[in-house]
Amino acid sequence: MVSQTVEVVNTQGIHMRPAGVLVEEMKKFSDCTVMLKTADKSAKATAVMQIMAAGIKCGTKVEITADGVNEQAALDKAVELFKSGFGE
Amino acid sequence: MDKFTGKGVYGAIAIGKISVFNRQEASVRRIHIKDTEAEIKRLEKAKARSSEQLQQIYNKALKEVGETNAQIFEIHMMMIEDEDYNESIINIIETQMVNAEYAVAVTSDNFASMFASMDDTYMQVRAADVKDISNRIINNFAAVSNENNSIDEKVVICADDLAPSETVSLDKNKVLAFVTANGSVNSHTAILARNMNIPAVIGVGDKFLEKIKDGQTVIVDGFSGEVFLDPDEDTLNAMNKKQSEDSEKKKLLMELKGKENVTLDGTKIEIYANIGGVDNIGAVLFNDAGGIGLFRSEFLYLENSDYPTEEQQFTAYKKVLESMAGKKVIIRTMDIGADKQVDYFNLGKEENPALGFRAIRICLSRPEIFKTQMRALYRASVYGNLGIMFPMITSVSEVEKIKAICEEVKHELRSDNIEYSSSIEIGIMIETPAAAIISDKLAPMVDFFSVGTNDLIQYTLACDRQNPNLENICDTHHEAVLRLIAISAENAHRHGAWIGICGELAADTSLTETFLRMGIDELSVSPGFVLKVRNEVRNIDLS
Repeated sequence: MVSQTVEVVNTQGIHMRPAGVLVEEMKKFSDCTVMLKTADKSAKATAVMQIMAAGIKCGTKVEITADGVNEQAALDKAVELFKSGFGE
Repeated sequence: MDKFTGKGVYGAIAIGKISVFNRQEASVRRIHIKDTEAEIKRLEKAKARSSEQLQQIYNKALKEVGETNAQIFEIHMMMIEDEDYNESIINIIETQMVNAEYAVAVTSDNFASMFASMDDTYMQVRAADVKDISNRIINNFAAVSNENNSIDEKVVICADDLAPSETVSLDKNKVLAFVTANGSVNSHTAILARNMNIPAVIGVGDKFLEKIKDGQTVIVDGFSGEVFLDPDEDTLNAMNKKQSEDSEKKKLLMELKGKENVTLDGTKIEIYANIGGVDNIGAVLFNDAGGIGLFRSEFLYLENSDYPTEEQQFTAYKKVLESMAGKKVIIRTMDIGADKQVDYFNLGKEENPALGFRAIRICLSRPEIFKTQMRALYRASVYGNLGIMFPMITSVSEVEKIKAICEEVKHELRSDNIEYSSSIEIGIMIETPAAAIISDKLAPMVDFFSVGTNDLIQYTLACDRQNPNLENICDTHHEAVLRLIAISAENAHRHGAWIGICGELAADTSLTETFLRMGIDELSVSPGFVLKVRNEVRNIDLS
């Protein structure tokens, strides 16, 4: 398992659109479980409702963990998306 | 005649007949079943049909409102396939041995109430999205369709609320306007209405629904948020006039897009736009502004529950610079204090907030906050054509301190090997009489001045602009104010700086000629006034 902590830069937090982008990308790593953890919540990176329900706001530190086939590539992709503000 | 008031989401007027939006909701009953596998198969079929419909709605939205706004329907498709949502539905079917419709309805309620209870207004509104997709699935069990509301003539659609998919599904050529009893300006429905250029008023209240019926005449004023049911003749005439004036004006102004801001005798002036957040960039570009003359950075502080980080600020500044693609973007450092209070600054109560601890005064006494903002600005500067301006200046020593901090920030960035642009323009606001009077000393220190007329008027005339008893005294055209602007313009030009006006007075077309004669180089106005001021400039002859 690999992990890395990132900070949310999107001013509106991880709202619907970023959640959608993340789910779409993470579903490509079908044999790898990617999780998002904040101080008090966790969500599966392929579950759009869970991510939205976690209500992750701007400035929050999120620990991303990836476990399974191609875990480093999955983690790198997720980190890249967070850092780029999901292209916003 | 009955009058209702809500929030106007797109400024235009519509007059027409009401069509009450009929949502065909299949009523859901709890039915005990034996074959759970067959029930899950029915669910799969209804879901597949729902996804197909959403794909069609997505394609329609893509054409009518653009990719960013259409994306919501892609996410709706994702929600239909969401693991937790589906597990919950299947779990209810299997453990309670009930029909799939009922399982979807219960799951919908559970997920919607989870979103509704979140402490984030944006997420609370998402409850409506869950209900929207769930109702779609439920309707697809019975193959009831909401998509074919056949409308023969142009009508005003009235509903309790409209889901985003319902809004996009409406035939744009047959909808004059829409009015909803409930809903919020943050909803995707409101955003879609704005992008479809349909006059809309939302949140007029439930009483409205009791009064309306098909075919009734209604006036929808998207500017004021007013809705007139069965209008009397006077109202009808007045609104007819307002409507034709508005469309005449819009037509005229649109013809001015792409034209130069030049007077009849050939004097040119820049017309920029004032904005208060990245959401308004679209309006700046749509109205053909030459740049952004005032980007208020306060929103970053007001929308946050703690000091915004350097990274957060950098992202916002980079976005506005990139979106403006090389056009000038002037960002004003935070103007917190006075009427813009933020709890986490712990500023305490002041007897006289307008004359108190605010804006640059806070920045210079708490340099750590100021330096975070300056670092973010310098880092973002490589993405476009940046100008930085500082509010509430009253003395030379303040500008000296600011420039020393700029040098510190640049030094730090260089030692961190972080790039910044070498052509950033530095300017100050002229919004205190003191700054205008010593503008001969300030001008050599900066690249530009920007006159903030709202505060300059209030400080020069010693009158609170919020106080209704002072309306007669608070003369925005007062000679003292105009003289201070003229002095500043003269001093700016003498020392090779340029001068703009970014307060409300910049959009006052009865003063445009006066400003041009003073030699003002730039006027920065709300995006909606750019073309109006351009029109005025093009009709002035200074010779």
